Amino acid sequence: MAYSEKVIDHYNDPRNVGSLDKKDENTGTGLVGAPECGDVMKLQIQVNPDTNEIVDAKFKTFGCGSAIASSSLATEWVKGKSIDEAMSIKNTEIVEELSLPPVKIHCSVLAEDAIKAAISDYRKRSEG
Amino acid sequence: MKLPIYLDYNATTPVDPKVVEAMMPYFTESFGNAASRNHSFGWEVEKVVDDARELIGNLIGAGGKEIVFTSGATESDNLAILGVAEFYKKKGTHIISSPIEHKAVIDPCNALEQKGYEITFLDVDKHGCIDLKQLEDSIREDTILVSLMAGNNEIGTLNPIREIGQITRNKGVLFHTDATQGVGKIPIDVEEMNIDLLSMTAHKFYGPKGIGALYVRRKKPRVRLSPIMFGGGHERGMRSGTLNVPGIVGFAKALELSVEEMASEAERLTGLRQRLSDRLNSELDYIFLNGHPTDRLPNNLNLSFGYVEGESLMMGVNELAVSSGSACTSASLEPSYVLRALGVGDDLAHSSIRVGMGRFTTVEEIDYAAEKMIAAVKRLREMSPLYEMVKDGVDLSTVQWTSH
Repeated sequence: MAYSEKVIDHYNDPRNVGSLDKKDENTGTGLVGAPECGDVMKLQIQVNPDTNEIVDAKFKTFGCGSAIASSSLATEWVKGKSIDEAMSIKNTEIVEELSLPPVKIHCSVLAEDAIKAAISDYRKRSEG
Repeated sequence: MKLPIYLDYNATTPVDPKVVEAMMPYFTESFGNAASRNHSFGWEVEKVVDDARELIGNLIGAGGKEIVFTSGATESDNLAILGVAEFYKKKGTHIISSPIEHKAVIDPCNALEQKGYEITFLDVDKHGCIDLKQLEDSIREDTILVSLMAGNNEIGTLNPIREIGQITRNKGVLFHTDATQGVGKIPIDVEEMNIDLLSMTAHKFYGPKGIGALYVRRKKPRVRLSPIMFGGGHERGMRSGTLNVPGIVGFAKALELSVEEMASEAERLTGLRQRLSDRLNSELDYIFLNGHPTDRLPNNLNLSFGYVEGESLMMGVNELAVSSGSACTSASLEPSYVLRALGVGDDLAHSSIRVGMGRFTTVEEIDYAAEKMIAAVKRLREMSPLYEMVKDGVDLSTVQWTSH
């Protein structure tokens, strides 16, 4: 399968690979997907509790090139956004930006799920 | 060294220049139809085809008259299974095969099942080996055919063809083997091995695509087939259609060259395979071999790299032409059915890479491939949440995953 230039760019030069301190109460971690499905994404956010702004984001992904690109792009997009703005990121925007073919749409869905899971984890922990 | 490096010889092979040279006159000068019985254009190529038939037959221990030319192994498999099933249906409707056969065997079997035939798919162990005792116990009064491949195209595991042939002969049941991956790579003798039907295709051993054959035993026992293609009654009525003369010439030449070099090539390729495997294992952890460690095609290495997905790995080694059992590389989005049948978990099936080496593969290429694969796996593991979790001591089987 031929990949779009943007997918190849994110695959070759993924943005924000790494991990944040899970124990820090201002972070949130989303772990979505399953190994037997062929893709697992871990997306983490660091939030400024005073402004609700996402100040940092990191990811690690097990999956195909499109899954890596989708999560890499997701970290780029959430950085600098408020958590409410980040919640409104749609998978279709990722599909469009990366020119994903129909068989790879599930990668973008997973990236959207990862953002939502990370935010919900942060909210749960900051409330608790 | 030229890039990209071709390491997918189990998929297909380049045509040997000597083979091309042998084929050339039969496109332009000697272009006759081998079925033209009334002029010299036909007579000339009929002789050429018969010589090729004789040569191919001899190279697998058969006679020329037992070779039926087809378009390739898929057609040969279909003809063997559907042809035997139709012809012997009054005798019985039970067929035995295995779940890791090529789809060209499994799908005709499934089609027959729809028509009321009964198919037994034998169990395979983690290496892809069948149990000969189970085979023997599965043969019944109404069993008409056993179809088991010589070497598996994905994982390379060899079947004990000689032992299978002994069992089917003793029980009086026909034995078909899809030897697409075996012919030209491992010694095959239909007489010594009691094979009754054998599928092969030229493009797997440096011949052209679009030409194959089915060996059909003529005596002890005489095997009968109903045709699946109807027309001019070529190939003794078993396969109608104008013969592909240049293809047939190329097929014979390619097989002759492959059999000549078989022993030395098998040794050389086994050495390259070991070299690649050793190098990868010296640098990387969590590598799993798919298929049998020793009873395998000399040119095939199939490995799963834990916690790295196969398609992304192929992207990382884009200078290497390899293949993967990952779902993402297939149209169906299902991981390899062969690996599944072996009990390889879907996670490791997604992580599998098949390397197929061949006549033009060099040590230099293998060393280059090893370094590229090591670098790509290391990079992707840095990026893999699974590898991180395992290194942190997390048992992945205890994690609550979200399926999608």
